[in-house]
Amino acid sequence: MEHIRAINDLVVRFANVNGTGSASANNMFAKAIFRMGIPVTPKNIFPSNIQGLPTWYEVRISEKGYLGRRDGIDLMVCVNPQSIARDVESVKQGGYFVYDNTKKLHAEFIREDIHYIGIPMTAMAMKHYSDPRQRQLFKNVIYVGALSALLDIEMDVLKGIIEGQFQRKQKLIAPNFKALELGESYVHEHFKYPLDIRLERRDRVGDQILIDGNTACALGAIYGGATVAAWYPITPSTSIVGAFEKYASKLRADPESGKRRYAIVQAEDELAAMGMVIGATWNGARAFTTTSGPGVSLMSEFLGLAYFAEIPVVLVNVQRGGPSTGMPTRTQQPDLISSAYASHGDTRHVLLFPSTPKECFDFTAKAFDLADRLQTPVILMSDLDLGMNDHLSPPLEWDDTQQYDLGKVLNADELEEMEQFGRYLDVDDDGIPYRTIPGTHPTKGSFFTRGTSKDEYARYTENGAAYVRNVDRLLKKWETAKKYVPAPEFYQKGNNHSHGLIFFGTTTYAALEAMELLQAKGINLDAMRLRAFPFSDSVRQFIEAHEKVFVVEQNRDAQLRSMLINELDLYPKQLIPILNYDGQPISADTIEQQIIKKYPKEIKEDDVHQAPVPAS
Amino acid sequence: MTYIKPLFRHPELPKNKIGYAKSDYEGAISTLCAGCGHDSISAAIVHACYELSIEPHRLAKLSGIGCSSKTPTYFLSNSHGFNAVHGRMPSIATGANMANRGLIYLGVSGDGDSASIGMGQFVHAIRRNVNMVYIVMNNGCYGLTKGQNSATADIGSLSKGGAENHYPAIDLVGLALELGATFVGRSFSGDKTQLVPLIKAAMSHPGFALLDVVSPCVTFNNKPESTKSYDYVRAHLEATATIDFVPEKEEITVNYPEGKSAHVKLHDGSVIHLQKLAPNWNPTDRHSAVNRLQEAKMKNEVLTGLLYIDPDSQEMHELENTVEQPLNTLREAELCPGSEALEKINASFR
Repeated sequence: MEHIRAINDLVVRFANVNGTGSASANNMFAKAIFRMGIPVTPKNIFPSNIQGLPTWYEVRISEKGYLGRRDGIDLMVCVNPQSIARDVESVKQGGYFVYDNTKKLHAEFIREDIHYIGIPMTAMAMKHYSDPRQRQLFKNVIYVGALSALLDIEMDVLKGIIEGQFQRKQKLIAPNFKALELGESYVHEHFKYPLDIRLERRDRVGDQILIDGNTACALGAIYGGATVAAWYPITPSTSIVGAFEKYASKLRADPESGKRRYAIVQAEDELAAMGMVIGATWNGARAFTTTSGPGVSLMSEFLGLAYFAEIPVVLVNVQRGGPSTGMPTRTQQPDLISSAYASHGDTRHVLLFPSTPKECFDFTAKAFDLADRLQTPVILMSDLDLGMNDHLSPPLEWDDTQQYDLGKVLNADELEEMEQFGRYLDVDDDGIPYRTIPGTHPTKGSFFTRGTSKDEYARYTENGAAYVRNVDRLLKKWETAKKYVPAPEFYQKGNNHSHGLIFFGTTTYAALEAMELLQAKGINLDAMRLRAFPFSDSVRQFIEAHEKVFVVEQNRDAQLRSMLINELDLYPKQLIPILNYDGQPISADTIEQQIIKKYPKEIKEDDVHQAPVPAS
Repeated sequence: MTYIKPLFRHPELPKNKIGYAKSDYEGAISTLCAGCGHDSISAAIVHACYELSIEPHRLAKLSGIGCSSKTPTYFLSNSHGFNAVHGRMPSIATGANMANRGLIYLGVSGDGDSASIGMGQFVHAIRRNVNMVYIVMNNGCYGLTKGQNSATADIGSLSKGGAENHYPAIDLVGLALELGATFVGRSFSGDKTQLVPLIKAAMSHPGFALLDVVSPCVTFNNKPESTKSYDYVRAHLEATATIDFVPEKEEITVNYPEGKSAHVKLHDGSVIHLQKLAPNWNPTDRHSAVNRLQEAKMKNEVLTGLLYIDPDSQEMHELENTVEQPLNTLREAELCPGSEALEKINASFR
C-alpha cells in the first residue's frame, strides 16, 4: 500500500463529539507543534449546538509557513461513531485512520488504500479513571499521547503545556501526564513508530504568537481606549466582549478603588447595542459593539443615523455564512455589501479588512481613531475563521508615544473665542465638520443631533439646496477618508504581468499559497491585498495596469467584485470572480484550480489538474 | 400664529440661585398645534429646571420620533439635544449615560414611541435603572401621522378616521411598577402644580424616573368620548397625594398641616413632601402602589401623582461599579495599558 512520506507538512483532522472536552486536548496538540517551532494552523469546524453533535478540528502543519486550508487529510483521529463513515472517506490515499477500537470497526468502514491504527481509548479511560467526566476528558488526552509517539511530538513540550494550563490546579497535572503516557506506551507496544508522516523540531515561528482574531480585536479595543462596550450575543462574535471583559478587569480597574474604567452592557438586542454605542460616542467616549451578519441587518437603521448625523461608531462584524440565519458556525465573507451600504438612503460606511490577528488588533485600535477623525461608522470586517480560530501571527505591538486622534472636537476655550458654532460647517474644506461634546460650555456649542435633514447649523430644514449641500459634503468626506484608511498591500515589485490577483481578509493565506502553486505551473500573477473601503487610488491603478484581474472572495455573488466595478466604474469583464462559499475556509487548491480554468494561456490539462477536488 | 420669538428680555427678570433667568431655559418656538398638551409639559420642564437651578449645559435632552419627540427643541436651547430614531431613545440615553455620569439626562417620548415600537428599549432601560428622567407625553394617538389609535388608547376609543380600538390599553405606569422601576409617577399636562414638583423630584432621583403624563391631542383625540381628552381627564382625576419638592439645603418654609402626610428623603438631601395621602397608600411601598392603581382603574379614575419611589435606588453606574470620573474624560494614561503589558500578553500566547 502507498505510504505518504512527509516531514512537517501534513493535515491532521480530529473528529469529536461536541461538549466532550476535546477542544482543550486538540489545542494542546496544535500548541505543541507551534512550540516545536513549526508553523501550524488549527481550525474548528463545529455545529450550532452545545452537546452531542459532530465537531472537527483540523490542523494544518506546514514547514513552509502556508497557513490556509489545504485539501486532503493525511491523518484522521476519529473518536466519534456518528461521523465515522464520512471520516473514513475523507482520508487521503495512503493516509492514516486513528480510531477507538474499544469496539471493533465495522467491515464497511475498511478501505484498502489507507492505514488503520486502533487504540482502545475508551477501554483505557474506563480502566484508569473512575470519575465519569474524567473518563471522557482523559480519553482525549490519551489520543494526544498516542499521537506524540506516532508523529514524534516532544513529550516534554506536551507536559510543559499541561503544567502551564494547570498552574492553579496542580492536582490535575499528574492524571493528565498519566493519560499522555498511556497513549504513548500503547503505541510503543503495538505499532511501528514514528510514522512516515511526522514532525521535526524547527525554528520557523520566531517570535510569533498563536492567537485568535477575536481576542486580538478585544485587545485592540482596550488599547484603542474603548470605555463602553455594548453588545448582544451572536456567534461568531461573542468571544470578543468576553475577552474584552477578561483583559479590562485586569488592565482597566482603578488601582485604588478597584472600580471599572469601562462599562460593558449586554443589550436587549443588536438595535439597542448600536444605540448605546451612538449615545456613548455622541457623549465623547470611545465605544464599540460586535456582531455578525444578522446583527448588521438589525443595526442598519442606527448605522444610517450615525452616518447622517455624523457620529463615530466602531462595529466589529465577525462574518458567518448567510443569508438569514444561514450557517451560523461556518465561515464566509458575505456581508460586504450589506455592511458597506447599510441603511436606507444614500449611505456608505468605512470598512477595514484585517487578515491576521495582528491586524485585528491594529485595525480595531485604529478604527477608534478613524471613527473619531471621520465622525462616521467604521466597520471591521473579520470572519469566523479569523475570529474564532487560532492563527500564527506576528506579536502585537504598541507604540507608547502615540496619542489617540480624537478628531475635530472643540473645547470650552475654543468655543469661547468663536463667534458662531456651526456643527455641520465645512470649515477645513475636507468635508469633516467640528463637533462639540455635551456639557462643554454653558452658552456655546449646544446643538440638536438629528436624523432629519438639517442645515450647517444643525437646524431642521426641508430646503432642497441645504439638503444637497449636506449630502455632497458627506461625499467630500468620503474622499477624505481615502487618505486615512489603510492602503492596500502589494506582493510584487511592480505591475509586471498581464493578470492580477486581488484578495482580502482570510482569503490571503490561501491566495498567497495558490500564487506559489501557480508559479510552479508557469502562471505568474501580480497581487494586491485590499485592506479598506473606500478604495484608494492605488486600487484603481493596480486594476488598470492589468488586462484581467482575479478577485478572490468567500461569497456566492462576488460582492467585492461588484463593489470594485461600481465604485471605480470598471468594465465588468475585466474582473474575474474566484469564489468559495461552502462554509469552509477557502483553500489554495480551490483558488489554483479556478484560476487555471479561467486563465487564457494554453496549459495542458494533465499538467495542472493534480490536486484533489475539495470536500464540501 | 407666531413664527419668531423676540430675543429681548427684561433686564430685571428674576434670577435663580446660579444667576439664570427663566428665559435662559426656554427653547425655540413650538410648532405643535395650538393648545397641545405637550407645550404645557415643555413649560413645566422649563419651570422645574429654572427652580432647581440646573446649569442648562449640564443637562442632555433626548427623544425619539413623534410629536412628543419634537418638544426638546422647545425647551432648554443651551442643552445638547438628540432626536434619535423611532422608539430607540432609551438605548442612546443608556450609552450616553454610561459615557458621562456627570450630566442630567432628560428623555422625552410618546405613547407610540414607548408603548409600541420602543417597548423593548423602554422596558430594558427601566430594568437597568439608567439614571434619567423619562417623560411620556401620552395622548393615546399617533398625532404626527394624523390620529391613528396608539397602544395606550382605551378599549372603545375611536381614531380620527373613526376606527374603534378593540385592544386593551398598555398602562406604562403599571408596567413600570411590575418591572421594578424605582420612581414612578403620573400626571396631567393641565396640572402644572403637580407636574412641576414631580419633574423636580424625578430629576433628583438616582435612577430611572418615569413620568407618564396624560397630554391631550387637541387636533385628533380631544373628542368628548376620548379617555385622553381634557374634559374626561379633568372629570376623572384622582391623586395619590399632593406633592411638594424641597431641594437640598433649602429651608422648609411651608407649614404642613398634621395628618395624612409623608416625607421621602432622597440621596442628595432633597425632600419630597406628600399631603392628603390616599388611603392604604405609602409612597415607598410598591405593593400599595399596584393596589391603588388597580382600584383606580376599576373606578375609571385617572390616578396621578407620585405612585412609587425607592429611596434606596441603585442606578446603573453603581450596579456596574464604574469609576466616579466620567468615562468620556479618561485619556491614554488611564486607558491604555502600554507596550510592557502587551509584551506579557504576547508571551501568554506562545
